[in-house]
Amino acid sequence: MNTVNFFVRHQNEILQATLQHIWLVGIAMLLAVAVGVPLGIIVTRHPWLSKPILGGANIAETIPSLALFGFLLPVPWMGERADRLVIVALTLYALLPIIRNTSTGIESIDAAVRQAALGMGMTQNQILWQVELRLAVPTILAGVRVATVLTIGIATIAAAVGAGGLGEFIFRGLAMVNNQLILAGAIPAAALALLADSILGLLEWRLRPARQ
Amino acid sequence: MTAETEREPPRQAIIEFKSVGYRLPNGQTILRDLTFTVGRGETLALLGRSGAGKTTALKMINRMLDPSEGNVLVEGKATVSWNAIALRRHIGYVIQDVGLFPHFTIEQNISLVPRLERWPAERTRARVKELLDLVDLDIDKFAKRYPHQLSGGQRQRVGMARALAADPPILLMDEPFGALDPLTRGELQKEFQELQRRLGKTVVMVTHDVGESLLLATHIALLEDGKLTGIYSPPEFLTAKEPMAAAYVANFRMYEDAERANEHR
Repeated sequence: MNTVNFFVRHQNEILQATLQHIWLVGIAMLLAVAVGVPLGIIVTRHPWLSKPILGGANIAETIPSLALFGFLLPVPWMGERADRLVIVALTLYALLPIIRNTSTGIESIDAAVRQAALGMGMTQNQILWQVELRLAVPTILAGVRVATVLTIGIATIAAAVGAGGLGEFIFRGLAMVNNQLILAGAIPAAALALLADSILGLLEWRLRPARQ
Repeated sequence: MTAETEREPPRQAIIEFKSVGYRLPNGQTILRDLTFTVGRGETLALLGRSGAGKTTALKMINRMLDPSEGNVLVEGKATVSWNAIALRRHIGYVIQDVGLFPHFTIEQNISLVPRLERWPAERTRARVKELLDLVDLDIDKFAKRYPHQLSGGQRQRVGMARALAADPPILLMDEPFGALDPLTRGELQKEFQELQRRLGKTVVMVTHDVGESLLLATHIALLEDGKLTGIYSPPEFLTAKEPMAAAYVANFRMYEDAERANEHR
């Protein structure tokens, strides 16, 4: 009961932190899609770039988030504002699933379909937009979904460098040994992740091409 | 038009291979010194074993591949001086695995080239109806369906309709009936024969089926290890002395012999 009371009493702060959290993750995901999908397409066009691109994204993925924030802190433009830094870091984390799923989605298209498209006289651009991307959309969205859930979790650590978000409550709660505070951050973060997962899952299902 | 009037001179070459060679980037030779012509309204079957270079030769006609040596001419102009996109839209293309777009309806699949060519919607719709009639598919039943809802034979019919959509004068077919069961294959071969009688397209088809070549082709080009062994009319092919041709005919006759043996049983 105490926890419910706590939530009611602090609803404004919690709402504020949730919005901040959504903002951090939302901007990072937009950037990650804007960068990751083109990189994924490049990988399918120039296989020799697949190692450096996927390798780079893989390395970014393995750096512990707290350490990554630390690495980015001395970088001039980024160190100025904590939210900039956090958005860049979250974007780096989100890249790998998006790049990988974009290239997998395009490469798994039936070779006969691509042959026919080429033989019918479609240009490379027409094949990309009307055939490849359209058929790869569900796979790309699955990557975006994984990346979103991942970054919602990682974004809680953003509070450690002062970027706000739901992590604020968690860090404060840890410092004060106050479970209610920790839950005030953890529960909305978990709810956000579940919500994003189901919305993107639904979208993925709606956009799948007709199949067997 | 009867076969006799079609064969009469002046034979107008629409596709010409002039000493065409093709090598892979790794140096392996796929085709060497290929020279032949296909006249307007003729059906040429490229016959040979797997790996003989039939598909490679076919793909040079619509510039899916460029020759390493020599020239391929389409309507008197070397393919390398054609714009590849314009050339491909000028040539119908049918492949064994059909390659229908799974996210397009049958109607959208068939109307692809007209839509790429920005035909008015009304004309495109009328053309789709005409084509579905041509390949004997009921428009009300099939237009809005997706490829996965069709049988293999129906899909191949749609592939044929799609290739004919913009009424190209040339049709390339790469083992168009190869993936079908024998009965469906026979039906489609017969329908294609009928279609060809009505449309008079210039057709080049890749096949390893002698029966199909004899049934559908006006000329049979025999390929072996990337080289042309000879070009025959169907009657010439049946009596050819050339060992490879004779082997094909003997193989084909095997079935007739089996038939005769069973009659006497």
